[in-house]
Amino acid sequence: MPAILGLSGLAGLLLLVEVLPYTGVVSADFLPPTHRIAAALVDEVAEGAFWSALWDTLVAWAVGLAIAVAAGIAAGIVIGAVPLLRALTASTIEFLRPIPSVAMIPLAVLLYGTEIQSTLMLVVYASFWQVLIQVLYGVQDVDPVAEETARSYGLGAWARVRYVLWPTALPYVMTGVRLAAAVALVLAITAELVIGAPGLGSRIAVAQSSNAVPNMYALIAVTGLLGVGINLAARGVERLLLSWHQSVRGEVLV
Amino acid sequence: MTNLLTRIGLALALPVVLFAAWWFGTEGSDNFYVPPLREILRTFPEVWTGERIRADVLPSLIRLAAGYTVAVFAGVCLGVLVGSRRRVRAVLEPVLEFFRAIPPPVLVPVIMLFAGIGDTMKVVVIAAGCVWPILLNTVEGVRAVDGVLADTCRSYGITGPARLRHLVLRSASPQIAAGMRQALSIGIILMVISEMFAASNGLGFTIVQFQRSFAIPDMWSGILLLGLLGLALSVLFRLAESRALAWYHGQRRAQRGLR
Amino acid sequence: MLLDVRGLKKVYEGRQRPVEAIRDLTFGLDAGDLVCLVGPSGCGKTTLLKCMAGLLAPTEGEVRLRDKRITGPPPGMAVVFQEYGRSLFPWMSVRDNVELPLRNKGIARRQRQDLVAQALAVVGLADAHHAYPWQLSGGMQQRVAIARAVAYQPDVLLMDEPFAAVDAQTRADLEDLIRDLWRKLGVTILFVTHDIDEAVYLGQRVIILSSSPTVVREVLGVDLPERRDQLTTRSDSRFTELRAHVYAQIQAAKRESMEILATFGRAGSGKSSRSQSEAKSV
Ligand SMILES: Nc1ncnc2c1ncn2[C@@H]1O[C@H](COP(=O)(O)OP(=O)(O)O)[C@@H](O)[C@H]1O
Ligand SMILES: [Mg+2]
Repeated sequence: MPAILGLSGLAGLLLLVEVLPYTGVVSADFLPPTHRIAAALVDEVAEGAFWSALWDTLVAWAVGLAIAVAAGIAAGIVIGAVPLLRALTASTIEFLRPIPSVAMIPLAVLLYGTEIQSTLMLVVYASFWQVLIQVLYGVQDVDPVAEETARSYGLGAWARVRYVLWPTALPYVMTGVRLAAAVALVLAITAELVIGAPGLGSRIAVAQSSNAVPNMYALIAVTGLLGVGINLAARGVERLLLSWHQSVRGEVLV
Repeated sequence: MTNLLTRIGLALALPVVLFAAWWFGTEGSDNFYVPPLREILRTFPEVWTGERIRADVLPSLIRLAAGYTVAVFAGVCLGVLVGSRRRVRAVLEPVLEFFRAIPPPVLVPVIMLFAGIGDTMKVVVIAAGCVWPILLNTVEGVRAVDGVLADTCRSYGITGPARLRHLVLRSASPQIAAGMRQALSIGIILMVISEMFAASNGLGFTIVQFQRSFAIPDMWSGILLLGLLGLALSVLFRLAESRALAWYHGQRRAQRGLR
Repeated sequence: MLLDVRGLKKVYEGRQRPVEAIRDLTFGLDAGDLVCLVGPSGCGKTTLLKCMAGLLAPTEGEVRLRDKRITGPPPGMAVVFQEYGRSLFPWMSVRDNVELPLRNKGIARRQRQDLVAQALAVVGLADAHHAYPWQLSGGMQQRVAIARAVAYQPDVLLMDEPFAAVDAQTRADLEDLIRDLWRKLGVTILFVTHDIDEAVYLGQRVIILSSSPTVVREVLGVDLPERRDQLTTRSDSRFTELRAHVYAQIQAAKRESMEILATFGRAGSGKSSRSQSEAKSV
């Protein structure tokens, strides 16, 4: 039932965009009707350049996200597990985190021009914080009794991370990865749009400057769908991994 | 007392070390793109004079404030409408999720079509980008109003605007604040990006000008200013939030303490 | 008859299968009554109360107040909910919580302040005006909810296991407080509880519910003296007799419903295990 209602909402949106230009509320030059956007989308999909742009965006997204996740988890566990480090870094993290990622754009342009590294720099910077903060929350959540027990059984530092800290932090890590995945896409497309690094973003910029309005809308719709897809996938992975995680814990307890 | 001193020491230690590392690491740097920190700091007051602040920083901030305010109003109003009706919510949720998933900066070329390249465009861009997290969080918050509290209001005849004011908005306020926090960072990004596209003044515009004319220390000072601005806004936000939501944080602490 | 419950039935349309919370209830409250309702937990007491408060539409039958059918929360009725903690606004101080319904009723500021102060003093929270509900213990929170109902000056007061979270001493004080208020204000009270002693001690009448199916098993008149007090009343031999009688009725009701369950197999097995644990606590 909710699925049908939701689909009817999406259908309503398509219908609205189809009729709005005819009513004269907005000009068709600015908002083309749905069928023209759809036609432009078909044209795009038929073109090799579209697919290579999509590929470039996805590569920048995936590589940037992977670097940010790896760095975020490593830094989060090290900082979180050592109280002194935590106290030392708290103020610095609070200071660096709110610095807007776009402040890096001029720097990225100077250092890497329109190469993919420009995009990566922004993506990694923005998504790193999402992961780090969540991992820090997760490590904070470790049950002191469990930690003490592990210690009293003579588990080494590595074993404690592996068997006590990591299982507790995993749900938080997954939340961080999900948030970072969304942020990474936003930053990847932003960098391409503003800097001109290859990808969907720069294709949108080209469509805009050549006044191909329906293509611009089609490409924007693709970025939205990509975003929805990434959110759904991240949620799915999270659920899968965490249910597995629960069942593993259940087995250990028995 | 010593406790306080230790905490201050811990908080300052790493920033001081990092600052020193930057300072000495770039001292005598001959890399064109990475000028000595001494140079950047010397340029800072020269670049960001009162005149520049009035002509560039202030317009940026005013546009940010205007767009953000519009987004908060629109997001909360629509969120309450959508959130309090189950049917409406079921119909609109996928549409809203789709709009939220569109990377906000791609709104710039679209809105340029409608609103040209003036201040209106920038305000609309900021509002259109900020509104989604606020709206969706409000929907979520309104939906989660506690059933017992809702019954309490009904049985004491607290309905209509009084219910909205005393029950719905208040109980959704932690979520609304979370949405507003996300929206603030989106707003700063859009403030800068919209000026990088087409503008004759503003912080983003000026920094890009510096970069294009290879005025590297000036550009660095701009990045520094942007960072400080982001920091200041987030600190302000957190102060306001911790005052407005004191009850929420207190309640959470109380519940944690019990467990 | 002030409040009239006629042939009330409530079936929850659950996700999997419908749950019958109440089968068929008929009873009445006169103006100025203090009636206690006892029944094992899960037998539908809260459901009944919500129907009477106009918060829940019955599946069959009706509730009438002054001979008018209740379709929504009627004015002049106050409810103290079982989930006391969740019925207080966590973003308001204790005083604001008590004051809000009065503000909504359009009572002048001066009078409002007096009513709030009086109500809080009566429940022994005169010095907690500025605290937030979550800063208080469970028992104190429950007393705030009671103060809110009292300050509202209702004609009818419905209370759903209001003392469940309160320690024994406070509980005794609050029981006496309810009887005091009732005698002074002439308010009509329906008091839901699963504690048999409490029901007999407080009520003029005790309505005993049986569970699965939920029907009125007996309406028992409590012929104890008007003036009750914790020591003498509770050691009164009549009190002990009445208590034993109610206890026997509830046990019998449970046995019967268990037999029904045994014959009808697994249906509602969750409920039966709950009423067993209830039996121990009673
Ligand atoms: N909203 C609901 N939806 C479905 N079943 C419910 C709902 N509320 C209560 N029930 C069921 O109705 C029965 C009576 O519940 P309730 O009125 O809360 O009993 P009591 O207050 O006597 O403990 C229980 O079996 C309970 O599980
Ligand atoms: Mg109940």
